[in-house]
Amino acid sequence: MYPIVRKEVLADKIILMEVKAPRVSHSCLPGQFIIAKIDEDGERIPLTICDYDREKETVTIVVQTIGASTERMAYLEEGDSFEDFVGPLGQPSELCVEANLEETKKLNIVFIAGGLGTAPVYPQVKWLHDHGVDATVIMGSRTKDLLFYIDEMKAVAKEVYVTTDDGTYGFHGMGTNQLQALVDEGKHYDRCVAIGPMIMMKFVCKLTKELEIPTIVSMNPIMVDGTGMCGACRLIVDGKVKFACVDGPEFDGHLVDFDLAMARMAQYKTEEGRKKLEFEEGDTHHGGCGQCS
Amino acid sequence: MDGLVRVPISEQDPKVRATNFDEVCLGYTEEEAVKEAERCLNCKNPRCVGGCPVSIHIPAFIQEVKNRNFEKAYEIISQSSALPAVCGRVCPQESQCEGQCVRGIKGEAVAIGKLERFVADWARENGIKPHTDAPKNGHKVAVIGSGPAGLTCAGDLARLGYDVTIFEALHKTGGVLVYGIPEFRLPKDKVVAAEVENVKSLGVKIETNVIIGKSITIDELMEEEGFEAVFIGSGAGLPRFMGIPGEQALGVFSANEYLTRNNLMKAFKDLDTPISRGKKVVVVGGGNVAMDAARTALRLGAEVHIVYRRGEAELPARAEEVHHAKEEGVIFDLLQNPVEILTDDKNQVTGIRIIKMELGEPDESGRRSPVEIPGSEYNIECDTVIMSLGTSPNPLISSTTDGMEVNRRGCIVAEEETGATTKNAVYAGGDAVTGAATVILAMGAGKTAAKGIDEYFKNNK
Ligand SMILES: Cc1cc2nc3c(=O)[nH]c(=O)nc-3n(C[C@H](O)[C@H](O)[C@H](O)COP(=O)(O)OP(=O)(O)OC[C@H]3O[C@@H](n4cnc5c(N)ncnc54)[C@H](O)[C@@H]3O)c2cc1C
Ligand SMILES: Cc1cc2nc3c(=O)[nH]c(=O)nc-3n(C[C@H](O)[C@H](O)[C@H](O)COP(=O)(O)OP(=O)(O)OC[C@H]3O[C@@H](n4cnc5c(N)ncnc54)[C@H](O)[C@@H]3O)c2cc1C
Ligand code: SF4
Ligand code: SF4
Ligand code: FES
Repeated sequence: MYPIVRKEVLADKIILMEVKAPRVSHSCLPGQFIIAKIDEDGERIPLTICDYDREKETVTIVVQTIGASTERMAYLEEGDSFEDFVGPLGQPSELCVEANLEETKKLNIVFIAGGLGTAPVYPQVKWLHDHGVDATVIMGSRTKDLLFYIDEMKAVAKEVYVTTDDGTYGFHGMGTNQLQALVDEGKHYDRCVAIGPMIMMKFVCKLTKELEIPTIVSMNPIMVDGTGMCGACRLIVDGKVKFACVDGPEFDGHLVDFDLAMARMAQYKTEEGRKKLEFEEGDTHHGGCGQCS
Repeated sequence: MDGLVRVPISEQDPKVRATNFDEVCLGYTEEEAVKEAERCLNCKNPRCVGGCPVSIHIPAFIQEVKNRNFEKAYEIISQSSALPAVCGRVCPQESQCEGQCVRGIKGEAVAIGKLERFVADWARENGIKPHTDAPKNGHKVAVIGSGPAGLTCAGDLARLGYDVTIFEALHKTGGVLVYGIPEFRLPKDKVVAAEVENVKSLGVKIETNVIIGKSITIDELMEEEGFEAVFIGSGAGLPRFMGIPGEQALGVFSANEYLTRNNLMKAFKDLDTPISRGKKVVVVGGGNVAMDAARTALRLGAEVHIVYRRGEAELPARAEEVHHAKEEGVIFDLLQNPVEILTDDKNQVTGIRIIKMELGEPDESGRRSPVEIPGSEYNIECDTVIMSLGTSPNPLISSTTDGMEVNRRGCIVAEEETGATTKNAVYAGGDAVTGAATVILAMGAGKTAAKGIDEYFKNNK
């Protein structure tokens, strides 16, 4: 069992949980993820490692409730436990590996975090900060109520730019607009890391290709085992089949086939939609929705 | 009875079982088992034993069944096998123990597997567990993977007094026995979990959710956690794809994904993990895995075709499984091979383009290899394609362990007689060494390695 030692609601439908997971906490690095399962009947849910404390032996995750399983997760409280919590999975971010540090120090890095992407961006910026590398962060969301981690990010980044699509906070526009604006001002970046919804990463990549900034993205396709056993997470990168769980989750964004990846995300839409309805309506759900048989 | 034919075994009616996930074969009753046991000639030189990779004393246990000493029979079996209820169900007996039985020369071989299953089931129902009174020797051994190879190696080492911990990447123990082989062939809670409990009752500890190579490396296990020897039984879990157009479409799954969702995550019970219930499913491949995927899809309500590039005689699956699949209504499209998966504008599978094949000259393996018949392409309409083309070992462990050799197929190099790898004190066996094979061969390798590890400690004292 993996007890939740701290729970915090960061924003609407965005929840942070600090989980006691000794083995994961000892071996994880930024860029990696875990798979959590609530109980016997639960789904295996991949979640990015957003922070870790090797002394307290905890790992922090941030969950956005979007479907039946993440919704169920949101009901867990401090003191409750995950039945299963396995990791770290995937490759660490190549910027956050000691062996590459000398090279990384020479780079002007800009992170673009979209929505929940702020959570996985944070440990990378923090790691870099702890190792003497200052990075710029653009973090955006649809609206003010969905923003979180602004102060935390400011504490570890050289510069933080906040954007909202509707202009309710910070720069009015999207991360891509903000990046363009910074480049127009004469700022120069040698590396971009974009983490967020696939559609956002796709558009960041389109822009950074024009701006000739090599870009790393973190892909989050549907997964089952997370160890390379099922192939559910396969992507096409540079024309080749890659398994996001073992080869990634980070890839060269200019080589990823985003349209295919986005299409594959829809695989379980109807099945999951049905599950969510059942969960929300519980015993009151007696069919008639057109989805149930 | 003239002794030439076996006592028949009851099975669920094909029409009924095609709609449920309950076990197909119902097993012998006590009377039937005793009767079948009477057919055994108790040979002086029992050829059957030579056909069993773990050398169960077959005539000895069968004699005990004949005398209704079922507990004694179980004791005899469990000296050689840690998972008799599993093997009695899934061993390819016709080509192993039963393939050698002298009874098989003139009539039907003794139903050794079914008798083994009966004994193991009887022991479980009567609460009999294997036990060991070997004194603890204090040596710590780590076993990676809880499939048949790992469970066997761990069980044997525990019987020798070692302090054994199994590390398993998934949340459940059993390897392919829990994620691959379906419920209707091998009940998970009743059979697999019970056999795992038996291994635990020998004193073996199991830690799930630990991925060796990620959560901790082999070198760390040895240097930081005090394990003096390691056995790797990590299987061959990496699925292969064909590399044909359309393979990334929605509705194309590896058999591993399809079976894992259904078996490990129990999607058929409508729990949280979804599975796509196709209307018309094409399974590509002809092995046990393909049969399991096909029969699962059938039970989830689909019309199912198996597309295999060779002929019926070449199907690598067990005869019994092919027979069961046919009875249940799986359609076999043999001597045919996919060339492309067809999709609509939403990238959803709409069909599969097939080319017909004929058998050419035998190749090095002695099998006649299939050749395409030009111009014979046609389309099968379908909404789901399940690729079941074989698997290879996962590089996770080999790539994170210093000084351990793998061959060009990614299999760990290990000595056949001892299981020793090229790294000191590290042993390996099962699918991780041989590539995808069988439960009983994996168990045999686990046994060999347990002996090898014991020798290693004796020589290093
Ligand atoms: C490597 C990786 C890291 C991730 N990190 C985080 C994280 O830190 N925090 C977080 O909240 N989520 C993260 N996700 C996404 C998270 O796993 C999904 O949100 C979750 O699996 C959805 O489960 P559900 O049952 O609640 O929703 P579902 O009902 O399964 O999904 C609802 C909708 O989202 C789509 N969907 C399915 N799977 C995913 C997926 N993997 N990602 C996005 N949408 C999906 C479905 O098509 C469906 O339309 C990550 C995913 C991966 C692969
Ligand atoms: C669908 C299907 C049907 C089959 N049907 C039959 C049949 O009818 N008869 C038959 O004899 N054989 C059958 N087989 C083959 C048989 O199941 C395998 O040959 C056998 O299970 C191999 O045993 P193993 O112990 O070597 O590996 P596995 O059973 O694969 O077990 C390996 C275990 O190691 C774990 N693992 C892997 N990597 C790590 C890691 N890094 N850290 C920790 N743990 C790890 C895995 O999660 C897994 O649990 C079938 C196989 C499949 C897939
Ligand atoms: S373990 Fe398999 S091969 Fe050996 S006797 Fe039993 S069924 Fe036959
Ligand atoms: S070969 Fe057949 S008849 Fe002879 S001992 Fe073995 S099972 Fe009995
Ligand atoms: S999640 Fe199964 S192979 Fe990646």
